[in-house]
Amino acid sequence: MDQIAALIIQIAYGIANLALISLGLAIIFGMMRVINLAHGEFLMLGGYTVVVATNNGVNLWVAMLILAPLVVGVIGVIVERLLIRWLYGRMVDTLLATWGLSLLLIGIVTSIFGASTATTVSVPIGVIRIGEYTVSGYDIFLIFVTLCLGAAVFAVLKLTKLGLVARGTMQNAQMASALGVSTSRIYMITFGLGAAVSGLAGGLLAPVTGVLPTIGATYIAKAFITVISGGASILTGTAAGSVLLGGINGIVAYITGPTFGEVALLVAAIILLRLMPRGITGRFFRKSL
Amino acid sequence: MAFSRRQFIAGTSAFALATPALVGRALANDNIIFASILDLSGGLDIYGAPMAETTKMAIDDINAAGGLLGRQVELKLYDAQSNIQLYTQYATEAAAGLRAHTVHGGITSASREAIRPTLARFNTLYFYNTQYEGGVCDFNNFNTGSTPAQTVAKVVPYVMNKWGKKVYIVAADYNYGQITAQWMQKFVKDGGGETLGVEFFPLDVTNFGPTIQKIQAAKPDLVISALVGGAHVSFYKQYAAAGMNKEIPIASTTFGVGNEQTLISAEEGDGLIAAYSYFEAVDNAVNKDFLGRLEARLGAGRPTMNELSVRSYEGAMLWAEAVKAAGTADRDAVIAALRSPLSYNGPSGTVTIDPKTNHCVQNVYIAEAKNQRFEILESFADQQPADTQLVCDLVANPNQNVFLFENGLEAAGIKM
Repeated sequence: MDQIAALIIQIAYGIANLALISLGLAIIFGMMRVINLAHGEFLMLGGYTVVVATNNGVNLWVAMLILAPLVVGVIGVIVERLLIRWLYGRMVDTLLATWGLSLLLIGIVTSIFGASTATTVSVPIGVIRIGEYTVSGYDIFLIFVTLCLGAAVFAVLKLTKLGLVARGTMQNAQMASALGVSTSRIYMITFGLGAAVSGLAGGLLAPVTGVLPTIGATYIAKAFITVISGGASILTGTAAGSVLLGGINGIVAYITGPTFGEVALLVAAIILLRLMPRGITGRFFRKSL
Repeated sequence: MAFSRRQFIAGTSAFALATPALVGRALANDNIIFASILDLSGGLDIYGAPMAETTKMAIDDINAAGGLLGRQVELKLYDAQSNIQLYTQYATEAAAGLRAHTVHGGITSASREAIRPTLARFNTLYFYNTQYEGGVCDFNNFNTGSTPAQTVAKVVPYVMNKWGKKVYIVAADYNYGQITAQWMQKFVKDGGGETLGVEFFPLDVTNFGPTIQKIQAAKPDLVISALVGGAHVSFYKQYAAAGMNKEIPIASTTFGVGNEQTLISAEEGDGLIAAYSYFEAVDNAVNKDFLGRLEARLGAGRPTMNELSVRSYEGAMLWAEAVKAAGTADRDAVIAALRSPLSYNGPSGTVTIDPKTNHCVQNVYIAEAKNQRFEILESFADQQPADTQLVCDLVANPNQNVFLFENGLEAAGIKM
């Protein structure tokens, strides 16, 4: 019984982890149709912000929750102004440009900080005991943060004027422009927000993962698979994709081992996309956000 | 990353056209050419970057002492970018194009197996200066790093004696991890212990939650890890986050060679035990001098030294000593000098070539992580590469270039 409870928390964490690393990508890809191959590096920059800030004496919570999204959000805005805004509507070109950006960011971080950076960051929350089993309190915190982040994105898109204007711009930029919306500014803000969410995710994962310049590569494939499997809706799609793939991965990894866990995740995604080429939200929950 | 066939053909044919020019240059050049192929970017640069620094230092030391045979040694450093395809390409270029007198390098066992046959075919002397799973039997190839009979055989009984007999193994999912896990199981069995579980992880896994749960369910006395690369550092962090590092201790055959002890905090890493042929804490005059000169070269921010980086230095020095002893940089004479057998007194202590296997007889140290550093607990002098000696005899049969543990330890008559 204890074991099942602990396992359920582990699987929930696996799902939250996928959702967390995918949400920033879902915003940028789902709303703007920009294939951001530098997404993994945005996560990495969030992690680096935390490592560098804490090495310089900044409080871990401040570094994770404020500095990481702020720094990466600003980088996102700069990237959008210098690179992405010239490429709207040219999906393949954004793919190449952001791949280049990804290599550039890895190169810049490596030349500043070297191949690895010493850190003293460790998990700031203690252990929760379930009978004979222990679960990291930080895992539960991350599940909670992921839910809050989802709620916050929902609130911004659905309840604020900015969200309304942004959704309008994504649906029909010309019409939005004719109604007096500065679409260029909206694109910039949306990209910056997506980057900030990625930065926050990278920062939050810094205490439980290795932070290295090349670590983005381990996230990018899973984030893309989750977002594509989820389909067009940003929140519902990411949630549905994460629950399905994260759940399968967690259960299979527990039963057979991590190699088959990864294989099962990929097989599930392939079957899903064969049956539903537009992702889960292309078939179900089509009107959802 | 994604190379199309067309690009590849274009690239290689351009290279083929350029080759005569390179040969001409190499022949006109009077320097002795030392090529090194390492991952200086991509995920494996946590290993490769420090190895490149010590290789450069070795060549500078050799040249500062007047070079070899009155000639300067020229270092050609290739960055394989954590990409196996580039290893093969650069090995061919170094051997056929540059006519390098020796090639050092390769980090993962996969990269070694990519270039070792190429260099054997071109008769280019090859040094692999990395700890690995044992079993290479190649007259042309010197494997200077430690092997499981030297390290795993020492650390497994040590930690079983200290912590208990029930063991859980976690390892990276490629040839090094698979074969090392078999050695671990053998040594656990030899010590009267029991292996409760073995799990393998692809190199990009970052969520170890399900495995940590399984370890809790299995209740071993200790965990032995052969995890590799940056993503796997997450295991130690998540293990500590679940409070497990206080309950079930970890020993490792890989923790430390990528300076993992600095990538996790002291409270996460303290108490972890590892065995290698070198730690910075090794207490001898050569090591003190080496670390002092390294710091003078690279400043206080220098990388922490480990077996891989120090053995890259010692491997280069072993080769240089052999060239001096042979009086020529020609491959056959240098190999004969190395197998005479040659010894070198380096920062890790005395390293001696074992002519039976072209591996090294070397010191091994067991150490414990404390405050992001290693403290040595026990030393073992002059350990033989007994694993490879089981299957390989280059004295009796020099015409070999094979990797005998490719399909596991059955080659050594060890049943799992």
